[in-house]
Amino acid sequence: MLSYLINGISLGSVYAIIALGYTMVYGIAKMLNFAHGDVIMIGGYMAFCSTSYWGWPAVPSVLFSIFVCTILGIIIERLAYKPLREASSLAVLITAIGVSYFLQNAALLIWSSNPKAFPSMINLPNLVIGDIQISSVAIVTIAASIIIMIALTLFTSKTRLGKAMRAVSEDKGAAQLMGINVNATISMTFAIGSGLAAIAGVLLCSAYPTLMPTTGAMPGIKAFTAAVFGGIGSIPGAMLGGILLGIIEIFAKAYISTQLSDAIVFAVLIIVLIVKPTGLLGKKMPEKV
Amino acid sequence: MALLSVNDLHVYYGSIQGVSFEVNEGEVVTLIGANGAGKSTSLNTVAGLLKPKAGSVMLGGMDIVGTPAHKIVGYGMALCPEGRRIFQQLTVRENLEMGAYTRDGGSIDSDLEMVYEYFPRLKERYKQIAGTLSGGEQQMLAMGRALMSHPRILMLDEPSMGLAPILVDQIFEIIKKLHDTGRTILLVEQNAQMALSVADRGYVLETGRIVTTGTGKELLHNDMVRKAYLGG
Repeated sequence: MLSYLINGISLGSVYAIIALGYTMVYGIAKMLNFAHGDVIMIGGYMAFCSTSYWGWPAVPSVLFSIFVCTILGIIIERLAYKPLREASSLAVLITAIGVSYFLQNAALLIWSSNPKAFPSMINLPNLVIGDIQISSVAIVTIAASIIIMIALTLFTSKTRLGKAMRAVSEDKGAAQLMGINVNATISMTFAIGSGLAAIAGVLLCSAYPTLMPTTGAMPGIKAFTAAVFGGIGSIPGAMLGGILLGIIEIFAKAYISTQLSDAIVFAVLIIVLIVKPTGLLGKKMPEKV
Repeated sequence: MALLSVNDLHVYYGSIQGVSFEVNEGEVVTLIGANGAGKSTSLNTVAGLLKPKAGSVMLGGMDIVGTPAHKIVGYGMALCPEGRRIFQQLTVRENLEMGAYTRDGGSIDSDLEMVYEYFPRLKERYKQIAGTLSGGEQQMLAMGRALMSHPRILMLDEPSMGLAPILVDQIFEIIKKLHDTGRTILLVEQNAQMALSVADRGYVLETGRIVTTGTGKELLHNDMVRKAYLGG
């Protein structure tokens, strides 16, 4: 029971880190970046290549993966989304799906569809309390998500750039009138979100060590669900939504049915949205005059 | 030379057809006119939010047409936009900090004190989420926020809109105070009576054109202006 809970929190922490990327980008650019899940996959491959092919140790290879994904996020935004800043949200959505397929197929070309065995990067002893064993991967995952959450909260509430980011997400025109460079702020948000995706990719592949070009797709969708569940646009909401979703998924797998677990996860989402359409911590935006 | 001089400005959107006006250092100048006459469009174009089709906007002798809005702020122009547009989910203090965004680094404490002096209410509520302020307080916050960038010219778009008469009086009191301390203000108002009574000079806009200009007093006593905007 307790070990399920810890597994759930651990899986949920990965969802939460991914969901943060979705929710921040949504908050600032008002778009759903469906390619976000595939950035996770790229992050996984980067860590895989640098450790398995080039023999790098774990820490530099994670940093390398973060670096590549951050640049990738900025490039995606610049090439695919920025030209559509004034376009309808449907056009942006379809573009995002296109970018997602592009990344998956690029990965297919480079690494083929054969699953790669992800090397274990977290080689710490498992924690044993009484008769419960907690894997070191779970501990690192949970710790990483807590650190990220605290860092992001401090960033958005205390720093000049973080406050500017909130200002842009609320009112781009007014933010411009303050002298805030809106385009640069949006780029920065994509960079942060994609860097987080790289971390999520490494953590996800450490827990489920098979890596394929489609690896990021399902966690991406689930993390998107988590972001909506918690209230899209809300950073604590993404965190809460992610963790709850992970717990629900693991418990559904353990006690109800492995096959039905995804269906149950999405059913919970539907119920939450019926009861509270803005998500758990979502705020109703006041009508603009 | 005028601090701000707008020459033969044309804008597609909102159809501004050749608007020219000037604001000198230390003056309060008002643009008045009916809804849709192009007052806000003029201000937004001057501030760089809209691109003009033709014409020039000179700020301190430099043509700023085509400069992105976020850079123009750094040149010393602040627009307090129509509808206030404060950041509802940020606190009062954070809103003011955003106003000082262009002034990278350095202390803003003395500026906060300056704003609190004009608007003591904001000091009482500096920790409050801005969206919970009353309409009048939000207007004060929007004006205070604009002052935080040390503007050489402050542009106010409909500061009295949607406010109760007593608050309108308060806002105009503050505009007078700002004028007395030597600030340069470009004021757009539908409340022509109030605007002309605080302004050194005014311009009357009609369907995208300047139709009359004069000192505040002259316009207050101008028959055409009285009939159209001051209720006879």
